[in-house]
Amino acid sequence: MKKIVLIAIISFLGFSAQAQTKKNKNLKYTTEVNGNCEQCKKRIEKAAFSVPGVKTANWDISSHQLSVILNEEKSSPADLNNAIAKVGHDTKDVKATQADYDNLHTCCKYVRE
Amino acid sequence: MQKNIMLLGMLLLSAVAFSQEDLQEVKVTKKQKGIKKSYTLTSNTSVITSKELLKAACCNLAESFETNPSIDVNFSDALTGTKQIKMLGLTSPYLTITEENIPSVRGASQAYGLSFTPGTWIESVQITKGAGSVINGYESISGQINTELLKPLSDIPFFLNVYGSTDARFELNTHFNKKLSDKWATSLFVHGNTRVAKNDMNNDGFLDNPLGKQINILNRYQYYDPESGLVSFINFRYMNDKKQTGEVDFDKDVDRGTTNHWGSEINTERFDVSTKIGYVFKDMPYQSIGFQNAFNSHNQNSYFGLNLYDIKQNSFYSNLIFNSIINNTMHKFTTGLNFTYDQYQEFVNVNDYSRIDNSVGAFFEYTYDNTDNFSLILGGRVDNHNRLGFFVTPRLHMRYNPWKNGVLRFSAGRGKRSANIFAENQQLFASSRTFSILDNSGKIYGLNPEIAWNYGISFSQKFKIFKKNAEAGFDFYRTDFQNQAVVDLMQSPQEVLFYNLKGSSFANSFQAEFSYEIIHNLNLRTAYKYYDIQTDYLRGTFQRPLQAKHRFLGNLEYETTASDSGKQWKFDYTFNWTGKQRLPYTASNPPEDQFPDFSPSFAVMNAQVTRIFSPVFEVYVGGENIGNYKQQKAILGANDPFGPNFDASVAYAPIFGQMYYAGLRFKIK
Repeated sequence: MKKIVLIAIISFLGFSAQAQTKKNKNLKYTTEVNGNCEQCKKRIEKAAFSVPGVKTANWDISSHQLSVILNEEKSSPADLNNAIAKVGHDTKDVKATQADYDNLHTCCKYVRE
Repeated sequence: MQKNIMLLGMLLLSAVAFSQEDLQEVKVTKKQKGIKKSYTLTSNTSVITSKELLKAACCNLAESFETNPSIDVNFSDALTGTKQIKMLGLTSPYLTITEENIPSVRGASQAYGLSFTPGTWIESVQITKGAGSVINGYESISGQINTELLKPLSDIPFFLNVYGSTDARFELNTHFNKKLSDKWATSLFVHGNTRVAKNDMNNDGFLDNPLGKQINILNRYQYYDPESGLVSFINFRYMNDKKQTGEVDFDKDVDRGTTNHWGSEINTERFDVSTKIGYVFKDMPYQSIGFQNAFNSHNQNSYFGLNLYDIKQNSFYSNLIFNSIINNTMHKFTTGLNFTYDQYQEFVNVNDYSRIDNSVGAFFEYTYDNTDNFSLILGGRVDNHNRLGFFVTPRLHMRYNPWKNGVLRFSAGRGKRSANIFAENQQLFASSRTFSILDNSGKIYGLNPEIAWNYGISFSQKFKIFKKNAEAGFDFYRTDFQNQAVVDLMQSPQEVLFYNLKGSSFANSFQAEFSYEIIHNLNLRTAYKYYDIQTDYLRGTFQRPLQAKHRFLGNLEYETTASDSGKQWKFDYTFNWTGKQRLPYTASNPPEDQFPDFSPSFAVMNAQVTRIFSPVFEVYVGGENIGNYKQQKAILGANDPFGPNFDASVAYAPIFGQMYYAGLRFKIK
């Protein structure tokens, strides 16, 4: 019983601590997104911009790094990852479905990990 | 014998070994192009890089457009020696000319301002055709030219340029640069030029180009702190320019104000102070605020024979700009406020035209970019000016990439300005023409403000011919004047009339361009231009005088691949053909003092060779007007300069003839 109370308290504390961290209006977030070409760049950035709260988006063709500034009050990095995967590009955290990958233009069919 | 064969064999072997070594190292270098055209910018803007500027070694901003198809460089008249520029067929008063986005050539400096920026100071020039951005003001009608000077934080410690030419012109440019700390740097630019000898190649008793002396000093400071996002520039500048022209026998100490000999002096002194401060918000790279302030004092004292012309302009300019986004960087905006104050003291003979102009305005510009193939800039501003009144200036630019390597652009906009009729037309003082202003109800010398709409469309496409890069494009622009301060030279050779436009006035311009890399390192650039510029004058509708209907430009550049030690040759050749031009009306003069209705067509060729010995040292030699074409009759009534038919203002072709020059550049990096 004591144990349960302790766990409850700890988890409650942890939760409140998280609630207290202020959501960042200008969160700089960088993640790896798989892709090949100029056309991929346009698709990835377009998908990033479709996520509410994304203010800037830039995908670098050679390093595969997607850098965004996003407003955490409107969406989370997870929302961004899902939106990128939805248009067929694997991110470090979320993989695209096979169907979405198959929809990509031939030049964009990157090698999946 | 055996020894010889062995030696030969060894030599061959070593050569083979050598060439194999060469093969191992493959350098892929992207060459900097002289003129850069963007396929993603919304406006029709080309950038002249410092590389292109070196093609015409001489001398100042006015002369740096010789190889550029967007801008026509007219021939310097015998009087001022200054080359006037035109864009879309309209002279520089219809352009907004800025230096680092602060209006620089305006008002009193309109006639010679471009010659007050030495070429070696320039980092790059951006040329926008058609309606400009609202951020820099309401005055631009046919285009915008912005000059970026060398930046102290990225400049080299020392630069020296020495130049001399067969028309007795000498130039000296020295640049010093010092990094004061990791955030502060300063540059000191000192320019001097002089023309020491009198030239009269056409034996009409008049100098072909003015004697001159100019000293021009710029000291600038740059601050940049990437941690805090703070950027700043502070500039101090002093310029003193003296010109003397007229009859060869004219002695300014004896003959000034007399009819012994005709002569002219134009002396200009100028001070500039400008500051810029910018801040990029922390964690928000898309949001920034900037504040620019500029003060300058421009003082020209001049006489042209018995005509006196003095103009002094003190002006203050202030601009506050805020940049940010709406939701994301696909939707950006720029907004801000301008303030302009101009105090003129202007005297034409005994008439006093002194006045104070001021204006305050607010602007907002929205940019949409779908990050793919379409972008749009929609801008507007409202201004309140003590002479122009309260008015709105809308501008629109659009860009669309219909397919790969193709770009289609459209622009439209309105411009409004007060014409400084004397400052802008001061070459006419070098004639016996009487100046008459036929209207008196307006607020600017009795005239109304000039208002024009400009519309333009352009397309360009990159492609390959035989695996080599090629580019073709065309553009068409139309400027429609609702009102214009008409300068009428079609009425009488003894008069120049100024009046408000009655009827129509327009300028159509069409340009077709083709460039091609013929073989590796050999580039060709060609352009054909057609202008139809008509104005309703009192006597009827005529093409604008001194404007060719057809022009052709060809530029050929070749450079050898730079060796490891930096040794390199560069060759450049420019061919300029100018069709016939309407000349001012002179048919009522006696036959010997008449111009034909149209000038003949002619071609002018320039060439230059540069030898780069190392990254530190290079020399160049070149020739202008190698074909030695000269205007047959440069001055009407040259034998009676105080008589009724004298006119030295009509320059439709080179007057001096061929000219050769040489110079050197020395750098410490």
